[in-house]
Amino acid sequence: MNNFTRRDFIRLMGSAAVVSAIGFPAIAAAGGKKQVVVVGGGAGGATAAKYIRRADPSIEVTLIEPNEHYYTCFFSNEVIGGDRSLDTLKFGYDGLSRHGIKVVHDTVTGIDAAGRKVITSSGHSFSYDRCIVAPGISFRDDIEGYDMAAAEKMPHAWKAGAQTKLLRSQLEAMPDGGVVLIAAPPNPFRCPPGPYERACQMAYYLKNHKPKSKILILDKKDKFSKQGLFTQAWERHYKGMIEWVKAADTNGGVTRVDALAGTVSTEFDTHKPAVANIIPAQKAGEIAHTAGLTDESGWCPIDGKTFESTIHKGIHVIGDAAIQAPLPKSGYAANSEAKVAAAAVVDLVNGREPGEPSWVNTCYSIVAPEDGISVAMVYKLVNGKIAKVEGAGGLTPADSSPADRKREVEYAHSWFNNVTHDIFG
Amino acid sequence: MSVIRTFTLTLGTGLLLGAAQLTAAPTATMLADTCAGCHGTDGVSMGPATPNLAGISEIYFIDSMVAFKNGDRYGTVMQRIAKGYTDEEIKLMASVFAKQPVPKTNQETDPSKVALGEKLHKVNCHKCHDEDGALPDDDAGIIASQWLPYLNYSMEDYKSGRSVMPKKMKRKVDNLTDAEISALMHFYASRL
Repeated sequence: MNNFTRRDFIRLMGSAAVVSAIGFPAIAAAGGKKQVVVVGGGAGGATAAKYIRRADPSIEVTLIEPNEHYYTCFFSNEVIGGDRSLDTLKFGYDGLSRHGIKVVHDTVTGIDAAGRKVITSSGHSFSYDRCIVAPGISFRDDIEGYDMAAAEKMPHAWKAGAQTKLLRSQLEAMPDGGVVLIAAPPNPFRCPPGPYERACQMAYYLKNHKPKSKILILDKKDKFSKQGLFTQAWERHYKGMIEWVKAADTNGGVTRVDALAGTVSTEFDTHKPAVANIIPAQKAGEIAHTAGLTDESGWCPIDGKTFESTIHKGIHVIGDAAIQAPLPKSGYAANSEAKVAAAAVVDLVNGREPGEPSWVNTCYSIVAPEDGISVAMVYKLVNGKIAKVEGAGGLTPADSSPADRKREVEYAHSWFNNVTHDIFG
Repeated sequence: MSVIRTFTLTLGTGLLLGAAQLTAAPTATMLADTCAGCHGTDGVSMGPATPNLAGISEIYFIDSMVAFKNGDRYGTVMQRIAKGYTDEEIKLMASVFAKQPVPKTNQETDPSKVALGEKLHKVNCHKCHDEDGALPDDDAGIIASQWLPYLNYSMEDYKSGRSVMPKKMKRKVDNLTDAEISALMHFYASRL
């Protein structure tokens, strides 16, 4: 994870001429076909690759993703709660290959926007007419002492997979009567309702197995997504188990950890929890920074209509890495943004003006096995900016019946099955 | 059919009024693709509950969305979502799903309920839900091979009155027991 060395490497490797000179042939456009390179194979990248091929199979699409499998972050809280296995979140890329997408498992180390080439760690370069970058998130250093080694003791579990498993195993190993501390991140971050759904799923496990235990959420915010509904769920299902402390009460939440000592500190106090789930502040995935696609906010500014970077023409940034507000950083939003970007890319490589976009987002949270809540919204372009459609969307009503909440769980599980099939199938 | 026809007439008027306000609309595909997250790619749902949209007629799709918008049909999230689209946009979406073939779902049904449901269907429902609920042209939705939880929820909402039934349907449904309705739902879920 040495960025400095990597940047130097990219400077060295930054032109196709240099790459060729040291013996790696650039993978050039074949037979004049239009080339799209997608960087990142998560919810955004995989959807974009697939929907480009659906719209125009004459376009050659290459998807570059380091991992052979992707673990969805969405629904990973159910793994932490114990009702879902990690394997159900695991998806491969055979489905994309069947759509004629070239899937390359490699790490992108640089994007030459002027030369329209993507460069990988194995030294290959991929020419493109349009590039789509979907790198997800990376973490900021906002908590002193929290690094990759510390994350092995105090998991973030904000990228699913081994981290999810680690957090689950820590819950299983902790004694009854212990405290689980969740450090919740500041805005903007991936999955706004995620930390609070996680508290529900942890409490669900603890209530049944270690009922004397408590959950303490030290937040870097003073309010959060679906707050009324979550607070109601905590009261209804996990009374007395979950305490949420807003940023103002600790002068800004968790500032420091000592992973070896097992301590977590705010400006005012230090805790020694049985389990520490530290979710740091976030920014766009690393390659977005390396490729110069981020602004001073740490995220990627885009044109709302096409998701084309306002910094580098010809590159579209989608998913959590983009500045897409009022769309949230969610799996469904990434899937929806990918379709807008895919349609725009297909139009642009064919010399057409991109059409009007449309987006939707529905985020479910499973607060208990038979109790689901949701927030939904439809978005459109207004004066060149992404905007909520007035009068649409909103939350599960606070007074909805247990039977309706159970339906929301069924629909949430249907969403998972359908969206993952839409992304990877 | 009278309620369905009324919905359609209302919408027809709405379209005329709406047309003057329209600027550029997204394409039909752009709009319909946003539904896939919950309803599956091309409206073919992987289940276990969210219904297939593939194969339903334009009129049924439009009637349903308008009913969600104006509160005549209950939905956990659909009332909130339907309000996000103009009548013109709903019409465009409808055109996409109407072109898809009716999908076959893979779900378990109870054979004894299916057998009873078949008898009840022939007596009560077949005139409007033609071809065992698989005919788009009857504009009564595709209930054949539809996901069972969705079918059950829809009937619960009709019976409780928070979704409005067409009058002819209400006359039939009011005379059916819960067990008979359950049998009918298993029958439709098993078709195709």
